Amino acid sequence: MADITKLKSLSIQVRRDIVRMVHAVSSGHPGGSLGCTEFLVALYNGVMNHNPKKFTMDGIGEDLFFLSNGHISPVFYSVLARCGYFPVEELKTFRKLNSRLQGHPTTHDHLPGVRIASGSLGQGMSVAIGAALTKKLNKDNSIIYSLHGDGELQEGQIWEAAIYAAANKVDNYIATIDYNGRQIDGNVDDVLSLGNLRAKFEAFGWEVIETEEGNEMAAVLEGFSKAKAFIGKGKPIVNIMKTEMGAGVDFMMGTHKWHGSAPNDDQLQKALDQLVGNEVDY
Amino acid sequence: MRKYPYTEKKDTRSGFGAGLQQLGQTNPNVVALCADLIGSLKMDAFKAENPDRFFQVGIAEANMIGIAAGLTIGGKIPFTGTFANFSTGRVYDQIRQSVAYSGKNVKICASHAGLTLGEDGATHQILEDIGLMKMLPHMCVINPCDYNQTKAATIAIADYEGPVYLRFGRPVVPNFTPADQKFEIGKAVMLNEGTDVTIIATGHMVWKAIEAGEKLAELGISAEIINIHTIKPLDNEAILKSIAKTKCVVTAEEHQMNGGLGDSVAQLLSRHTPTPQEFVAVNDSFGESGTPDQLMTKYGLDTVNIIEAVNKVIKRK
Repeated sequence: MADITKLKSLSIQVRRDIVRMVHAVSSGHPGGSLGCTEFLVALYNGVMNHNPKKFTMDGIGEDLFFLSNGHISPVFYSVLARCGYFPVEELKTFRKLNSRLQGHPTTHDHLPGVRIASGSLGQGMSVAIGAALTKKLNKDNSIIYSLHGDGELQEGQIWEAAIYAAANKVDNYIATIDYNGRQIDGNVDDVLSLGNLRAKFEAFGWEVIETEEGNEMAAVLEGFSKAKAFIGKGKPIVNIMKTEMGAGVDFMMGTHKWHGSAPNDDQLQKALDQLVGNEVDY
Repeated sequence: MRKYPYTEKKDTRSGFGAGLQQLGQTNPNVVALCADLIGSLKMDAFKAENPDRFFQVGIAEANMIGIAAGLTIGGKIPFTGTFANFSTGRVYDQIRQSVAYSGKNVKICASHAGLTLGEDGATHQILEDIGLMKMLPHMCVINPCDYNQTKAATIAIADYEGPVYLRFGRPVVPNFTPADQKFEIGKAVMLNEGTDVTIIATGHMVWKAIEAGEKLAELGISAEIINIHTIKPLDNEAILKSIAKTKCVVTAEEHQMNGGLGDSVAQLLSRHTPTPQEFVAVNDSFGESGTPDQLMTKYGLDTVNIIEAVNKVIKRK
């Protein structure tokens, strides 16, 4: 079992990385990144079986993660770096010319830890299903994970993939929905309501679990445990995880305004003052 | 003019099916996906022989492309199959991000390309697919001319690391290339050496170029005929060598003039050796319902159109 104290400490540092990265280039997506910090910290440091020191694209024998909502690249990069996929110092190149840390993740520049480009939304579930099918063909019992924004579920391809996964019993796969209720233009309910999301996935034939406190490390770990219990049971699994966009920085919470805006110098300092931990900045 | 005897007419899509079937027997990493068109794409044999390596995705092409991209992670070589229209325009962003930009080893195999799809009409007759695909960085674009060549191309692309667009069609056409040919990606095939004009053709237009060459020979015009099965990467060397001799060129393709093979040739020539060029291609138009032959005539893709273009371009030398 993962050491929760350590994971919480790491989450503070990842949040510091996120706000510093987007501040440095006055662009990027801090809101969803902050909201998914516990999820990614837990996944890479307590849930997945993976080998950060020896990254291979094929990932034979390893659990694999696909970030479908690629705009939350800051949290992805920070977590990858801090578990050893690439040097932490490289975070300072985020969104800069000649960097491997593109605005949205890509395999193009061979950044260890990234297995698919994402950014144009709605594509990651299909990719994850493909990877899950290859795991089955290879008789590799590893698990495939993916993360999707709730707004992203407005893309039709997601539902093509959802039909496929259930019809073909892709049961070595856990999709997680970052259910923060916000997207660029406002509340998801106002932009294009998803209605009853649980009922939708159930109707599509998925095993649905819910994580009510997606920014509480213990709850996130418990969510993974609950989801993993359904592996190999004949259904794809979805974890609807409630999070708070901007979690951890008080003035970034309760609004969609920090979806894709970076803090200025004062705002950065205010944020960092709220994120005091024991790890070291890059 | 060299003779190209043939014993039968066959459809290029069946060449794909036969190539895929052979790959199923020889390469355990090859997997195939289809979006509810197994019969049309001639994927039945592969499916029957390799049920575990065949994925029916239903009428959901975007999902098919994404799944194919994912299947490569762990070493599979996915071949996707649907009509050319649904293989390209419908899923352009999926191909762009999940396949091309991600550098995935996916083979996008597309049937019923162009006007010769026939009676279904313009909704299905894509004439823009070569352009769409060749614009994507590092996408290999192949358009073989007959059954044997399509079969050979299908087998060859399994050994090529990287995304490929393989375009073929519905109608039967003369099967004249050798059954035992070695398919070399990016290598033009010299069909007839000539001195007065170079005819560069791709896909179904290759046979029409041969027919045109025969008629031109009767008129005393010596046509060099090149089969360009790989539009990208283009065999620049073969084209430049031929143009150095003939000093003029006609390109022929079942595709829009904008964005097709002719464009690629013109770009090459304008940079190296500005040369008079005429284009046998669809001129900024959609197709319509009709028989394949009627459509090829109406839209100017017949043997006679190649001959007219040759006469015109020779005068421009």
